[in-house]
Amino acid sequence: MNALTDHAVLQSAEHHLSNAHLDALEEETIFILREVAAVFERPTLLFSGGKDSLVLLKCAEKAFGVGRIPYPLLMIDTGHNFHEVTDFRDFRAKELGAELIVRNVEDSMKRGTVRLAHPGESRNVHQSVTLLEAIEEFRFDALIGGARRDEEKARAKERIFSHRDSFGQWQPKAQRPELWTLFNTRLQPGEHFRVFPISNWTELDVWQYIERENIALPSLYYTHKREVVERKGLLVPVTELTPLKAGETAEQRDVRFRTVGDITCTCPVESFAATPGDVVIETLAADVSERGATRMDDKTSEASMEKRKKDGYF
Amino acid sequence: MTNATISIATPADITGATALSALKFITCGSVDDGKSTLIGRLLVDTKAVLQDHLAGVQRQGETDLALLTDGLSAEREQGITIDVAYRYFNTEDRKFIIGDAPGHEQYTRNMVTAASSADAAVVLVDATKLDWKNAALELLPQTRRHSLLCNLLRVPSIVFAVNKLDAVEDSTLAFANISGALRKFATAAGIPVEAIVPVSALKGWNVVEAGHADLPDWCGYSGPTLLQILEQLPGTPAEVDQPFAFPVQWVEKFSSSADTSQGRRVFWGRVATGAVQPGQEIRILPSGQTATVAQVLDHARRPGNVSASHSAGIVLDREVDVSRGDWLLASGNFEAQRELSATVAWLDDEPLVAGRVYWALHGHRWVKAKVKRIVHRLNINTLAEEDATELPPNAIGHVELALQEPIATLPYLQSRSLGALVLVDTASNKTAGAVLVR
Repeated sequence: MNALTDHAVLQSAEHHLSNAHLDALEEETIFILREVAAVFERPTLLFSGGKDSLVLLKCAEKAFGVGRIPYPLLMIDTGHNFHEVTDFRDFRAKELGAELIVRNVEDSMKRGTVRLAHPGESRNVHQSVTLLEAIEEFRFDALIGGARRDEEKARAKERIFSHRDSFGQWQPKAQRPELWTLFNTRLQPGEHFRVFPISNWTELDVWQYIERENIALPSLYYTHKREVVERKGLLVPVTELTPLKAGETAEQRDVRFRTVGDITCTCPVESFAATPGDVVIETLAADVSERGATRMDDKTSEASMEKRKKDGYF
Repeated sequence: MTNATISIATPADITGATALSALKFITCGSVDDGKSTLIGRLLVDTKAVLQDHLAGVQRQGETDLALLTDGLSAEREQGITIDVAYRYFNTEDRKFIIGDAPGHEQYTRNMVTAASSADAAVVLVDATKLDWKNAALELLPQTRRHSLLCNLLRVPSIVFAVNKLDAVEDSTLAFANISGALRKFATAAGIPVEAIVPVSALKGWNVVEAGHADLPDWCGYSGPTLLQILEQLPGTPAEVDQPFAFPVQWVEKFSSSADTSQGRRVFWGRVATGAVQPGQEIRILPSGQTATVAQVLDHARRPGNVSASHSAGIVLDREVDVSRGDWLLASGNFEAQRELSATVAWLDDEPLVAGRVYWALHGHRWVKAKVKRIVHRLNINTLAEEDATELPPNAIGHVELALQEPIATLPYLQSRSLGALVLVDTASNKTAGAVLVR
């Protein structure tokens, strides 16, 4: 992401991208959200307080009417989330009158179902265990998530209604054909679906929609001053969980987050964008992907996301 | 314009970029014809590839464009595409969604998945695999199969891209002979061809950029580039000209609401054909009851009139029994039937067997369907209709189905939404067949 983008140049390019396609995306998303409400007995919407799940919630409000979302919200908390995001999550759930279920990776660690290899290990990957435990506890048969196909190569391959076996596993070679909008949602006991209503949205679409619909977001998404340290081209926030290493010095930079996941693996980018409109312009000029700029955990191997998804990760 | 059957509008015919919706197109064809490379080329040359993704596909200093789309580890191991990857890019004039479909016969089901919602298909043909010096050359079976499937599914525009023409000695002759063979096959199969365009996905010739500087008339072709063709193709037309038909997706009840003025139920769904406005008479299937539309809401709950392909919420003037799966239909226009004659594209690994019962999904309605008889199986090489007792994976055939309950359909040629069903295996729950009503 170019922090110091020439706004005048970009604004002249922006008019080429009409807003009209947002209507089509919104309508597709609402259709899918209603399908889940109609078909499944115990669906839930995964809600992290991040921008994609906030877009999903806005569409759900349109689909079902304000205050009438017919499924609970579920958050798997690693305990390593930015408080600005979890505070916003709680505020928004309350504002919507929605039931919010939070399940903690810490509790799985206490139960012994999650074992860290070492105390400093990222808990992000272990969310899958806690998620599968929550699925079993509530017998969820559909989990709606805000994943987008433009995020990552394995995501780009996934169906909108993605079948999971009783171990929560995604089987990429055996995906069900998804013909027209005739969704085959038949399940065996113990199996469930992951449903991705904003599959066809891009990062730019999400920001254009946030701007158009005036969707409030956690403050971290906009420019703020933060202590960071540069490692392997990423700006790592200096926090209790991600302290400075020997020989490093922290710098004060103007940054924002493009994605707000687990603190131990989420990095901000340099930016002065203070409004959704500013972010739209920056996104148009971005030359590094959302994950490439921000996620440490995807870099471990070519197929790390695919591997995690096969293990039940979202 | 020689060697090309361009029938698309020229830029002057189009009133402006805003008139065109996003184009969803698929690439298909035989394995190793260069589909993933073509998509990589489109993405790189339209500057849609971000630096980190590009860095991820460098191998010994060379960019392997195919690796941009083959995202599964099994695909990388085997160097093939297994499932559809969806990619997004913009040009100044249009937004595009690409479905990169696999070429392997084994994964035809994934290609059919991508084709069922596509506005256009680019069928790739590898010039180096054909006897291009021969004017009577044979096309590869997968080229034929994919073209037939795209046409069967009514993908609105089919474009042939003849690839790897940089790698043959006489590209002009090769393009002329291959175009001839494609036209001959398309005519025999009744496939309307939008354009035949020569490209080199590897070199980037005629994909985004025209030919190349030294050879302006490369392959004897002076028409638009592949991207220019795609920028001007129409989207899929909504089925507004048919009588009103509406599958009920979700029934919203207001029993828990304190607002007693909202006492009626709202029936949500996507208008399959025609349009709906208050005052319209409708008939409910399967109950056969009639009612009048009292109120129509659009997808986001605003009152209005709604037409085909858009979601609507319908309130009726009286309390009638309507549930998910029922259809609201313009009264007097549709007859429900228990027997269907249909074309089937078989997608499951288990063959379709005459006599077996499957689940069939039509709109939001599930009914049991028994395969009474396989009328014939299509030989994709000769286009001959052959006798068969079962349809193996990836076969196309004509079957007669008996339904447990009557449904109202239209021929798929007339209506995609009323004429399409899927068959699901009752034991494995796998989506096993794409059914097109004849």
